[in-house]
Amino acid sequence: AVSLPFAVGQCGNQVGCRFWDLALREHAAVNKKGIYDEALSSFFRNIDTRSGGDGPDIYKGKICSLKARALLIDMEEGVVNELLQGPLRDVFDIKQLITDVSGSGNNWAVGHKLYGCQYRENIVEKLRKTAEHCDCLQCFFIIHSMGGGTGSGLGTFVLNLLEEEFPEVYRFVTSVYPSGEDDVITSPYNSVLAMKELNEHADCVLPIENESLFDIVNKIHQMINSGKLGSTVKQNSLVTSSSGSAKTLQEKPFDAMNNVVANLLLNLTSSARFEGSLNMDLNEISMNLVPFPRLHYLVSSLTPLYTLADVNVPCRRLDQMFSDAFSRDHQLIQADPKHSLYLACALLVRGNVQVSDLRRNIERLKPSLHFVSWNQEGWKTGLCSVPPVGHSHSLLALANNTCVKPTFIELKDRFMKLYKKKAHLHHYLQVDGMEQSCFSEAICSLSDLIEEYNELDATKGGPRIDPSRLKIAV
Amino acid sequence: MSIVTVQLGQCGNQIGHEVFNALCSDIHGTHGLCSKKENESYHDSCKERFFCEEESGVPVARAVLVDMEPKVISQTLSMAARSGHWKYNHQSHFCQKQGSGNNWANGYSVHGPRHKEAIMNLVQKEAEKCDRLGGFFTIMSMAGGTGSGLGAFVTQCLRDAFPTSFILNHVIWPYGTGEVIVQNYNSVLTLSHLYQSADALLVHENDVIHKICAQLMNIKQISFRDVNQVIAHQLGSVFQPTHTAGGGSDYSRNPLGDLMETLVPHPEFKMLGLRNIPQMPENSLAYSTFSWPGLIKHLRQMLIANAKMEEGIDWQVRPPHPGSSIPSSHSKPLHFNTSIANLVILRGKDVHSVDLGSFRDPSLYTSWLNPQDAFNAWKTPRAFNKYEKSAALVSNSQFLLKPLDNIVGKAWNMFASKAYIHQYTKFGIQEEDFLDSFTTLEQVISSYTIL
Repeated sequence: AVSLPFAVGQCGNQVGCRFWDLALREHAAVNKKGIYDEALSSFFRNIDTRSGGDGPDIYKGKICSLKARALLIDMEEGVVNELLQGPLRDVFDIKQLITDVSGSGNNWAVGHKLYGCQYRENIVEKLRKTAEHCDCLQCFFIIHSMGGGTGSGLGTFVLNLLEEEFPEVYRFVTSVYPSGEDDVITSPYNSVLAMKELNEHADCVLPIENESLFDIVNKIHQMINSGKLGSTVKQNSLVTSSSGSAKTLQEKPFDAMNNVVANLLLNLTSSARFEGSLNMDLNEISMNLVPFPRLHYLVSSLTPLYTLADVNVPCRRLDQMFSDAFSRDHQLIQADPKHSLYLACALLVRGNVQVSDLRRNIERLKPSLHFVSWNQEGWKTGLCSVPPVGHSHSLLALANNTCVKPTFIELKDRFMKLYKKKAHLHHYLQVDGMEQSCFSEAICSLSDLIEEYNELDATKGGPRIDPSRLKIAV
Repeated sequence: MSIVTVQLGQCGNQIGHEVFNALCSDIHGTHGLCSKKENESYHDSCKERFFCEEESGVPVARAVLVDMEPKVISQTLSMAARSGHWKYNHQSHFCQKQGSGNNWANGYSVHGPRHKEAIMNLVQKEAEKCDRLGGFFTIMSMAGGTGSGLGAFVTQCLRDAFPTSFILNHVIWPYGTGEVIVQNYNSVLTLSHLYQSADALLVHENDVIHKICAQLMNIKQISFRDVNQVIAHQLGSVFQPTHTAGGGSDYSRNPLGDLMETLVPHPEFKMLGLRNIPQMPENSLAYSTFSWPGLIKHLRQMLIANAKMEEGIDWQVRPPHPGSSIPSSHSKPLHFNTSIANLVILRGKDVHSVDLGSFRDPSLYTSWLNPQDAFNAWKTPRAFNKYEKSAALVSNSQFLLKPLDNIVGKAWNMFASKAYIHQYTKFGIQEEDFLDSFTTLEQVISSYTIL
């Protein structure tokens, strides 16, 4: 089954770039014989380029030329052009790109209303063509940031479009939320306007905060430079590293952080691509982690962040991996799930880990976690046999947890600070199709969401009253 | 007579593969401990039941493999072929690409009708290859989406297409603490639907088998493969050929029919549990000896006290005193497991000398069956899977009452909050459908409780 990523905007495309690079690296490590298989086909087509130009798809047999299944959208050319000149240029086709020159000026309305309208047909046409090449389309991934104009505005426009054109295909969104010190002044407006779209049209959202990525990168640098680990860390195991991939030449400042997000996506889709004793597909993630339609924000964590070069991993190292997945500093947003309320939790393990390891750790960690009364055993688990590059095992934890609330509350506060003074509002309202009501509806949508989390939090620690069972006449 | 196995979903296919492995390795084993003639008879009977011959001489399992995603079937087919001792018919599988998403409604209401024709065609082909069709054995888990939802739909189709054939559903109950968050919903929907179409449900609980792996088999890092191999061993000990009481010297020709006849006297009571003794790591077998009286004594107490395995049995539990004038529901001591019917299967050395009188004690059973009818024994001198002596118990009793009650309780708790219901209504299963299923199962719980 195919997962189709859409990288929208500068952030989305920079992450996307890392994602394709690491995906190729992962498949190269697993696929020694160079045969085009089911696993590869979820992200790549196999094209016969011998006749020059765009040949037909080859479904079986040797790998000829791999092309990523994706759409890359940006209203500026810089990032996408760099991609087309870099080592990944053969993986993409000009027909998968939608670009413009002037950008969206960090304005959601320009991205959503102006460019949305302008590029709608173009996007739909390219989307349909791409979908035609897919045997079975299971899921769309949108990768974007919330704070700017293109990723945020046009990205959420695409989300709407996907729901209209392909309503049965799942829509997963990886959204990078702006931090408090974000240098884009209007990022709160852009984010809240985008949030309304995510509330209404996404099946699952994986929020990411730059601060968390930054902290993870720093933590690793400190570890390495402190001399404690030194050269014993396997370079290609670092969750922040591009080592072993095509793009090792020029590492850019955001590359390390973007690699973390790329690894998140690889791990998320690993069980759908590779075999294991308990498979976990993307539609299962949506089914198990979204108890009510609007509560679809999942906090993610990846462990381990690196692997030491010595191969033998004793049992307690494995258990440490599970403990780390629940610790505050491994989460990809600024949140502490342990002290908030879980609605549901998924653990996707890769590598040499068996069901008894999973059970032992769930038993061990359960008592320190708070689960909502109607989902006391709310665990979804998956075992994928193939570990990520450089690791013998790894764990991705996805939590539907009320700890996302502070992020949303802060966002709302920053929005209100600007909105009360009507700061910069005219830049938005002068865009055709944009009205004041868009703002009031958006903040309303966010407030409602926060209120739903509040109600759930209020039940935490309360008495557990089981509803009485149906009585049967004997 | 031949049995057609239908493997449904990841669990069904993974277990099915281990079952055929276990059957095959048993008949090729050199530890039959019986006469050559007996061994050959056993071999032929097993082959007829589960395999058909091909020109190449490699036995082909009588099975249909069904899954909504391709990876597991692909692996299962190739692993079997690599064994060299048996294989699957590579045409006999049906696969899709996107899975069922752990959604019972998706499996039952969408995949079921959509793929009914293709799947039933495969089943029909397998059925036609049998000289005489003895019935269907379906393997599925009830926690996921395909085995559970599509499995329930396929079972219904089997019943419609083969109204006089026996259908035994082998159902795997998930670990109590989450494999799947909506597992209790999927379980309630599955069990209530299977109850309408199947003749009986033979249940294995992952938690129980896991304990066997940990405590009896001494496995340190238990994998699903380990769990599945224990399950396969237990199933093999029931379904490998035996002589029934009145059957004379030939092996029984109608295992599913015999099973139903002995164990399911009433359609309200279809839940069968399975116990096996002894169970130990292969390398310990050479150093262990067993006596039949010891094995029978343990097995009986496992029945009475509802013990899951031969360690940690509560020997304090005793059956109620016979001839008591107090109505039965008051005189039953706590924790005593009342049976409707039991079947004991003995394999190996000196089976004909075994005294099974203790199993015929009327106090073990409900009052409404004749004690002679409530208990049956099948035997064969041919040892199974390297165990010099082994005994299996298939029981229609209160074994599964508490686990069933737990599952329904948890599902009801979640249903009261309406969590996840939108995921099911999206595919056509409404709240009323849930309520119907709950009602059916509360009825089953009530029936088993007042035994």
